[in-house]
Amino acid sequence: MDRLDYVSMMCNEHAYCLAIERLAGVEVPIRAQYIRVMFDEITRILNHLLWLGCHALDVGGMTVFLYAFREREDLFDMYEAVSGARMHAAYYRPGGVYRDLPDRMPQYRAQHTRNARTLAQMNENRQGSLLDFIEDFARRFPGYVDDYETLLTDNRIWKQRTVGIGVVSPERAMALGFTGAMLRGSGVPWDLRKKQPYEVYDRMDFDIPVGVNGDCYDRYLVRMEEMRQSNRIIRQCIDWLRANPGPVITASHKVAPPSREAMKTNMEELIHHFKLFTEGIHVPPGEAYAAIEHPKGEFGVYAISDGANKPYRIKLRAPDFAHLAALDEMSRGHMIADVVAIIGTQDIVFGSIDR
Amino acid sequence: MDALIAPVRDFLGPAWLPIWTLVKIVALVVPLILGVAYLTLVERKVIGYMQVRIGPNRVGPFGLLQPFADVFKLIFKEIVVPTGANRYLFFIAPILAIGPAVAAWAVVPLTDTLVIADVNAGLLYLLAMTSMGVYGIILAGWASNSKYAFLGALRSAAQIVSYELAMGFALVAVLMCASSLNLREIVLGQEGGAAYWYVWPLLPMFVVYIVSGIAETNRHPFDLAEGESEIVAGFHVEYSGVSFAVFFLAEYMNMILIATLASVLFLGGWLSPFPILNDVLIGGFAPFGDGLLWLGAKVAFVLFIFLWVRATFPRYRYDQVMRLGWKVFIPLTLVWIVFIGTMMQTRFAPLFH
Repeated sequence: MDRLDYVSMMCNEHAYCLAIERLAGVEVPIRAQYIRVMFDEITRILNHLLWLGCHALDVGGMTVFLYAFREREDLFDMYEAVSGARMHAAYYRPGGVYRDLPDRMPQYRAQHTRNARTLAQMNENRQGSLLDFIEDFARRFPGYVDDYETLLTDNRIWKQRTVGIGVVSPERAMALGFTGAMLRGSGVPWDLRKKQPYEVYDRMDFDIPVGVNGDCYDRYLVRMEEMRQSNRIIRQCIDWLRANPGPVITASHKVAPPSREAMKTNMEELIHHFKLFTEGIHVPPGEAYAAIEHPKGEFGVYAISDGANKPYRIKLRAPDFAHLAALDEMSRGHMIADVVAIIGTQDIVFGSIDR
Repeated sequence: MDALIAPVRDFLGPAWLPIWTLVKIVALVVPLILGVAYLTLVERKVIGYMQVRIGPNRVGPFGLLQPFADVFKLIFKEIVVPTGANRYLFFIAPILAIGPAVAAWAVVPLTDTLVIADVNAGLLYLLAMTSMGVYGIILAGWASNSKYAFLGALRSAAQIVSYELAMGFALVAVLMCASSLNLREIVLGQEGGAAYWYVWPLLPMFVVYIVSGIAETNRHPFDLAEGESEIVAGFHVEYSGVSFAVFFLAEYMNMILIATLASVLFLGGWLSPFPILNDVLIGGFAPFGDGLLWLGAKVAFVLFIFLWVRATFPRYRYDQVMRLGWKVFIPLTLVWIVFIGTMMQTRFAPLFH
């Protein structure tokens, strides 16, 4: 699932886990739901930063790309701290998340190219737990977004390249199956996090930015604002997660493995462990559709189960597939250089289109 | 110096003049090529630091040998000639690109005496030479027999021709102020310190000249000829190895030329901005007087603007470049020329000389 849209990894996992949970009727512990929401938003920032960098690079602005990658590095470190992998995390599991958030942030180690001062500087915000690190990032991040906006938002060339390019009316946007920022950029306030809240999004306080003209510039503004809103959600999650410890994965050993300790001391747990890792989860027959507000739009998983340990059928609804399909319509009457800007604004990743 | 040269001159007789000129050319071109080499390094370093990176730092101390590593890499690369390319034109194109870029330097005065050819129609010669460079680009695009190269060449040709006009008008304003086409006299017309530089009465012309210069050299944000997200690398997609290096050299040499001309025409060339402080501070130490140092500093400043712009701005779209050239710059320069001409007839005339 991570490899579908390889710039918003955990969100792909999320939809898949939700579909299985709906089929199997598994309850997810509340703390796991908060962790999922927090990492969904981290992933959204991760995705939007890559989009911003590549969009700007396509239109010719080199510097934003490197600035965005500086911040992505921190976000990858969060992924790494929690799952051990920087990109393909496999952190969300049916029934919760793999592990609780670590109390210690991994630190840079000494190397002959780094002197003690640089090392101390690099590790400065990694002294505490992962939550401290994320909080530090969430504190810095609005300033970074201001930096990007200084370079682009009021830049005449940027505006000339994006204002009035690839205009999509709200009606056409809906007819073409747009979701996410592409739809909101056209002025339709549709966001699954608000309209069909999953996990704990109904407890979060955030706004849905919408565009007016439906051109590349509006979609740019919408996504910039989404990053700020994601940051807001992350801060709320941090506060809650600090105050409320608890389990992060369901206690049902039909879907989640028992702890290592229990597995090694208890016969029943050992059998659970063996069954789970050899056979997998048995999902009751039925079908379910789970959709989440992926950074790119609505990412849906439609799963049919015949009761076996493998899905009978899985259909993935990737948001950017619908967006790419509209490339022809959006670029009609524009120039070659505008096609580049339009591809940029669609936020396309081929891993999820040609899946 | 003269005592050393005189016996050689007598010995060589009529062969003296060509040989002496060749020596002067080599003495100018070699530092120039070195300057280009280090400009690439400076560019990568400056843009690197602007983008919170370090830039090249592996070859030699602080990456100082990086340009040589690049050159050797390019020299040892195979030159691939695409099938269907016009071989003759394919190889003549880079030469046509670099020839004028080097030749233009003949009339550029580095100090009061340091100039290869002190021509009276220097400015005219420069305009002629810089507009020749476009032939290399057109031929490269056409001879490559590649769509991308062809598109790049067309874009580049249209762009250079359009901005040549605005640039020419900007130069006309300078020549009105200086009442001379001789570059040396233009600089001497600005004598007396920073307040007398032509950049002040001609400030809009200076801006137009710098922007047109960026456009002329196909640099970012006007690098449509090689906009990598649209047409891969433009006119030089099919070039590799040395033939590519020559295009690269021509581009950077043009950059330095534009920057030097900006300093000579608008920023007082080799003249010090504070002539009073001049002798006290560095007068005694510089080998050719302090002129070269001042000129170097001014050129470096203008080049830094080029790099700064490259790191900051997104790329223009093709029609927007054309609009800027034809609908903004050309009217602006024309109006300013008329304005200067009118002012010169009034009692404010001394402000413009």
